[in-house]
Amino acid sequence: MLIDDLRKDFSLPRRKRNRATPGAESQATLRAVDGISLRAAPGKVTALLGANGAGKSTTLSCAQGLLKPTAGRVRLLGEDPWRAGPSLRARVGIMLQEGGLPQAIRPIPLLRHVASMYRKPADVDALVSRLGIDGFDRTNIRRLSGGQRQRVALAAALVGDPEVLFLDEPSAGLDPQSRHVVFDLVREVKESGTCIVLTTHLMDDAQRLADDVYIVDEGRNVVEGQVDDLLNNSQDRKTLRFAVSRRGMQLLDVFPAPLAEGLTLREEHAGSYEISGPIRPEHLSHLAGTWAELGELPTSLELKPRSLEDLFLDISGRTIR
Amino acid sequence: MSHSTETGAPVDSDTFRPTDGAREPASVSSRILAQGKYETLAMLKNGEQLMLLILFPLMALFGLAFTGFLDGWAEQFGGSRIDVAMPGVLALCAMSTALSGQGIATGFDRRYGVLRFLSTTPLGRGGLVAGKAVAVLTVVAIQYVVMGVVGLFLGWKPDVPGFLLSLPALVLGVAAFTAVGLLVAGTVRAEATLAVVNTLWVVLAALGGSLIPAHHFPGGGSWFIELLPSGALGEALRAGMLAHHVAWGPHLVLIAWIVIAGLAARRWFKWS
Repeated sequence: MLIDDLRKDFSLPRRKRNRATPGAESQATLRAVDGISLRAAPGKVTALLGANGAGKSTTLSCAQGLLKPTAGRVRLLGEDPWRAGPSLRARVGIMLQEGGLPQAIRPIPLLRHVASMYRKPADVDALVSRLGIDGFDRTNIRRLSGGQRQRVALAAALVGDPEVLFLDEPSAGLDPQSRHVVFDLVREVKESGTCIVLTTHLMDDAQRLADDVYIVDEGRNVVEGQVDDLLNNSQDRKTLRFAVSRRGMQLLDVFPAPLAEGLTLREEHAGSYEISGPIRPEHLSHLAGTWAELGELPTSLELKPRSLEDLFLDISGRTIR
Repeated sequence: MSHSTETGAPVDSDTFRPTDGAREPASVSSRILAQGKYETLAMLKNGEQLMLLILFPLMALFGLAFTGFLDGWAEQFGGSRIDVAMPGVLALCAMSTALSGQGIATGFDRRYGVLRFLSTTPLGRGGLVAGKAVAVLTVVAIQYVVMGVVGLFLGWKPDVPGFLLSLPALVLGVAAFTAVGLLVAGTVRAEATLAVVNTLWVVLAALGGSLIPAHHFPGGGSWFIELLPSGALGEALRAGMLAHHVAWGPHLVLIAWIVIAGLAARRWFKWS
């Protein structure tokens, strides 16, 4: 799957347009995607990361042929998805963000119906038991929980045994057990050579599942690369998280100037702190020494390599825009 | 991640695995029939829909059979009440199924993203619309049988030419109402679709010239009623089933509705 310099404008409804400056043409449209490029390879999980409204789902919709790009080139299995015929659609499986499942039908009859659209569909029974759908197969989809629907939607996307699998926010609403099952299945599908493209705003998920990541912000690519590379490049940077009483922090002259070089301290929430940067053993001994003098023991203390989430927050900022 | 040809131009490097029928779509006809069956069952399993599709037309049939609304018209034709009631009831059936039933189902499917999802499967948008057409025609056929059997008990006397002439009119009527139903379902919210098509159903059933012929209404508005799809379908069915006569005018009106509402739906229908 290949996307090259994709742009997508949406025209605003007329009443909103009138409120904007009259005559200004740019006010009539909203640019959701402003030059995103990405490439997803077979046998890999490619993750599109970004904050809410960054343009992830719009990009995916263009790649799936559900939206017509304003400009740019999209190729799905070598074809233009906007003009896709049934033979291309048979090779692509799609799990939409909102599921797209009919409400007044039980899961298994629905999956059998979707299977009837393919000449040789995947084994529905195997998918059903693998995803634990048989545990709630007597219930109409309307009454299922979010996580149960999510599993049905994944099964529906896999019924055609696709060469390209799109997953829009696949872990939304999943409990830890379902998440484990879903992730295992996604990895297995990947191993079989399928090209998997997913969007998520959960960096943990991306770190656990993805081989390649594209971080997008305001409709543009900001960072791209292999997850391992991105994390390795910042290997000297670590994050130290701890929770300690106010007293333990107030009296703490965090680090003397030469030691503080390159470090940043943030209070995540009351009593919970995060120091990130090139942390060295001296930093730990300084903190531990100070707490020992005060007789304060932190309630938690954790030193971690930088995660994709740290990287993402560094790039896109920590405040909501 | 990026792959290049010898010329250095980027290429899309997806696999092309050998296929043995896997990852191929089922044939067009089996996709459309599968969708038609699925939508038919969805309509028939829904309690509210069944009320609209079977119960209300039956009530109309009984109502017209046991009251004197159509007596003057029946005398004119030399038929019984039930004979003149049946074409109108069939027109009502077509309206229930194609306008209200399919309109509401499509409106909610659109809201829940079902139209989007199904259009990404090998079925596609065209197959989805074709499947709906199959379902609507199947349900109207079932309605015809149910109304016919009940009508026979009430003294309805069908004949072969009348039956044959009713078919093209019903097909055109169903297509016209489906086009209008899809136009509504594809342009306004699901709740608004529900309100609009149900209101249309009530107004057209009472005053639209389907059950009660247009010229039975007082005043000079009958020409307007005859231009409505309900009035045109009622006239076409009555002319065919009672007088064995092809009423070209009403058929043309129905074709005009199919073309106009169909083009409008094509232009403005939103899939999500």
